[in-house]
Amino acid sequence: METLMIILTGVLVTIATYLVLSKSVIRVILGTAVYSHAAHLLIITMGGLKTGNVPILGDEDISTFVDPLPQALILTSIVISFAVTALVLVLAYRAYQTLGTDNMEELRGSKYE
Amino acid sequence: MKINNVILRTVTKISVFIILTLAVYLFFAGHNSPGGGFIAGLVLAAAFVLLFLVYDMDTIRKGIPIDFKKIAAFGAFLAVGTGFGAFVFDVPFLTQSFDYFEVPFFGEVELSTVTIFEAGVSFAVVGVVITIILSISEDV
Amino acid sequence: MGTLNFIVLIPFLAAIFIPLFYKKGSRLHIGLLPMIVAVSLFIYLLTYIPQIANGKTFLHTISWIPSYGINFTTYLDGLSLILALLITGIGTLVILYSIYYLSENEQLGHFYTYLMLFMGAMLGVVLSDNMMGLYVFWELTSISSFLLIAFWYQRKRSREGAQKSLLITVSGGFGMLVGFLMIYSMTGTMSVREVIQIMPGMTDHGLFVPAMLLILLGAFTKSAQFPFHIWLPDAMEAPTPVSAYLHSATMVKAGIYLVARFTPVFGGDGIWFWVVTGVGLFTLFWGSFQAVRQTDLKALLAFSTVSQLGMIMSMFGMGSVALNFGYSTESVFYSQATFAALFHLVNHSTFKGALFMVVGIVDHEVGTRDIRRLGGLATIMPITFTISLIGSFSMAGLPPFNGFLSKEMFFQAAVDITELGLFHMDTIGNLIPILAWVASIFTFVYSMIIVFQTFLGPYREERLERPASEGPGGMLISPVILAAFVVLIFFMPNVLGNYIIRPAVESVFPTLAAEVDLGVKISAWHGLNTALWMTIGVIVLGILLYSFPKAWRWIYAIFPTGWSLNSLYNFTLEQGVKFSRTFTNGYMTGLLRHYMMYIYLFFIVLVAGAFILTGSYDFTISGNAEISTFEWIIAMTLIIAAVSILFAKSRLTAILLNSVLGYGVALFFVIFRAPDLALTQMVIETVTTVLFLVAYYFLPEWKREKETRRINMSKLFVSIGVGATFTVVALAVQNNRLFERISTYFENSYELAGGRNIVNTILSDFRGFDTMLEVVVLLIAGLGVYSIIKLKAGKRGDKLENQ
Repeated sequence: METLMIILTGVLVTIATYLVLSKSVIRVILGTAVYSHAAHLLIITMGGLKTGNVPILGDEDISTFVDPLPQALILTSIVISFAVTALVLVLAYRAYQTLGTDNMEELRGSKYE
Repeated sequence: MKINNVILRTVTKISVFIILTLAVYLFFAGHNSPGGGFIAGLVLAAAFVLLFLVYDMDTIRKGIPIDFKKIAAFGAFLAVGTGFGAFVFDVPFLTQSFDYFEVPFFGEVELSTVTIFEAGVSFAVVGVVITIILSISEDV
Repeated sequence: MGTLNFIVLIPFLAAIFIPLFYKKGSRLHIGLLPMIVAVSLFIYLLTYIPQIANGKTFLHTISWIPSYGINFTTYLDGLSLILALLITGIGTLVILYSIYYLSENEQLGHFYTYLMLFMGAMLGVVLSDNMMGLYVFWELTSISSFLLIAFWYQRKRSREGAQKSLLITVSGGFGMLVGFLMIYSMTGTMSVREVIQIMPGMTDHGLFVPAMLLILLGAFTKSAQFPFHIWLPDAMEAPTPVSAYLHSATMVKAGIYLVARFTPVFGGDGIWFWVVTGVGLFTLFWGSFQAVRQTDLKALLAFSTVSQLGMIMSMFGMGSVALNFGYSTESVFYSQATFAALFHLVNHSTFKGALFMVVGIVDHEVGTRDIRRLGGLATIMPITFTISLIGSFSMAGLPPFNGFLSKEMFFQAAVDITELGLFHMDTIGNLIPILAWVASIFTFVYSMIIVFQTFLGPYREERLERPASEGPGGMLISPVILAAFVVLIFFMPNVLGNYIIRPAVESVFPTLAAEVDLGVKISAWHGLNTALWMTIGVIVLGILLYSFPKAWRWIYAIFPTGWSLNSLYNFTLEQGVKFSRTFTNGYMTGLLRHYMMYIYLFFIVLVAGAFILTGSYDFTISGNAEISTFEWIIAMTLIIAAVSILFAKSRLTAILLNSVLGYGVALFFVIFRAPDLALTQMVIETVTTVLFLVAYYFLPEWKREKETRRINMSKLFVSIGVGATFTVVALAVQNNRLFERISTYFENSYELAGGRNIVNTILSDFRGFDTMLEVVVLLIAGLGVYSIIKLKAGKRGDKLENQ
């Protein structure tokens, strides 16, 4: 299972990298979103998969839990990545509105024209 | 964005309340079962987003006359403030405490300063999410 | 928390409060607050004198990063006290002077804030016992000096002078930091006191000489020693009170302080002796030689400061040999040079401070400092004239002024040192007194130039900016006080010697001080010995040289103007800027893709390279959890969805495919026993999708990327490379656990935090700080989005820029 998950994250990272290298801003942003999915899956995989119970204390007879720490990390990461995605989206939108393009090559600035 | 969809509107009217109730439940359940400030805030935000999508902006504005930026700021203030509150009791920053009380009808109830912190988190999440979505969609 | 630490902090606090105080528009002068701070610190430090004179020292520590030995430790002994008194005492006088010197229209708030910043930093330098603390305060003095030199930042020369001083002193300071780190690696402590105890046994260590030279580099750049002296004349673009305070009385003495402080660490070594003495003597000579040819009074004083600093430096070098002998009569004999150095340090601050203030008054009253335009001011400005007479004669080494005493002691030390049978003194050692003597003749000449060319001769009003008149009373107070000290110290040198200088010498030679009294009885008349004959020679030759300048001024023509140290500095700076511009323009293409390519390629080369080199790419699938069909289906769906994003024809498809990824991840969270995550991911994915939809409503339609085949291939190649490297690393990491998992601690959440949901208690209790900051980040992002959308700064911000 772990190996499968890591290969899956590898595929996601490949896709995300390809998207980030694109010319259009929208693709770049989408690429970063895919990156965060990959990162979340990777973190939870690193904690070990299905090795115990849900990390909620309750029944006395259950004593092994899956690692709660990666989960806490991911929870934080999910919210932050949402905020960052929103910010970058708005930045792209604003740049498009002011400059009339979403093409990275045209956004380079006048110095290199 | 004028959407004319009677079915969606009717379903929304009911489901929004279910979602809101879920949010409140998640908030209070958070410490002992799945849930918590973040999730509650997000679910709350999702409910509002649904409203904004289904009805047009002005109607909701009238119905819920809240400035979400202020909510966000208030939430962050609350979260940071509980941290400083710890100083009053001469314990390190952000130290939380809890105790159990006997309340009639409900039995033993846990009261914790974490709840205040979590409330701050929820408010901040709701405020920020709605602010982001509203700012973008209002800017036509 | 010790009161000594407060002494350092109070000026910083004052620096914070000055802008508030200034804004109020109160009728009290803004300079009042810093002056009160300075004078009260001075008086407070005075109370330490009796105890310090009895050999007591004070130590206070505030822990900062104790695990690395970095603490805010203040240590007050004789040496620190002497400088601390100078800093606060001269500081008070300078602030008083600047209240009258600077007009109300200047940015006084800035000025006094910087000045307080400097005072705090400088006190920090002399009171820190911890080398890291010393370094931080050291660089702070450089920064505040930079700010003060560039106080009139509208002038190009001010900015250039400030840049020059910063570049030179900060790079020297950086060398010093490396030296400190070397010492730390040798001794394992950051405390100067402990280093002094450990170091003498480590002279054979390989890092001993490098550390010594690097620390000297810091000291020499700060104290404007040859060849780093070029920044000091340019620093004269600062307002005159600043020149008097930073660039003659205090900051430039930080290097000397450093040399004195580290004398017990490195002293007694031949290299230390020759570098400190040699550089000091040559600076003494070169500074006085250059000072004579200056026409700007401040530039003349700057070179004279360079020269005097060199003199003090060389005396510390000569004194350091005392440590070579252990305890004996000889060592006490040589330690007198250090006594003379500290004595001259105080004297120099008094007469040079007074002279700078006098030049400031002249400049303030007549609008020029060019000695070719000045003359005949003696009758119009009698008080100013008297002060400058006292200051210059003291600098020239004439009685009855304090400069005479320390100059005599300097000659004595220079003569004495030739008897030293060590470090090849018998061959080139005889140069020391000769060089000292020649330099003193030039010192005499420029001292005469200051007084006589400014105040005597014909008064030509048409050459001045405005008609001369005596300076305002307030401006005269400070130089009068300093001039009074110049005379007073001559008649009562032993008060100063016993109570202030002797304890300082004792802290330079802690090992000797335990055995014997290191005090020196200073007397104006000490018989017709070599030193006195040297002084008489200086006076006779000096008068001759001053009277017949034409006979020898041709010497300066020997040095070609194009080959100065300044042109070397300028050339280096220009070439550096040119090179880095070409280099930076070469790779900063402005195209995001290129930047990302750099990162990815580095990632692949470094990480994959390291993996291949170390052969760490092993993994097994033995410990893996089993995979159910359902999980296979989700994983495959995700892979298909991800790949399809690349081929999506419309942006809506792409967004929805991204959502598929998100919900798929949420499903995995369910499977992996993470209900909180699953819930959050589910909701966030919904909101994100809405966000994308709303934003894409405004963004242009998703266009097919038209790229050349070559670019597409390179993109594909890099992506697969990154993905493959990532996978290999992740697999290797997953299979090799280096540490025990720490989560068992959190599993006590019910007892520790009163919650059964471990993830939630981690978020809100154990790691509440992270969550709090996360909320703040979220808020900042929200505000960012809001302001990007709502605040429109006109078309391309034109309006804002043209305001």
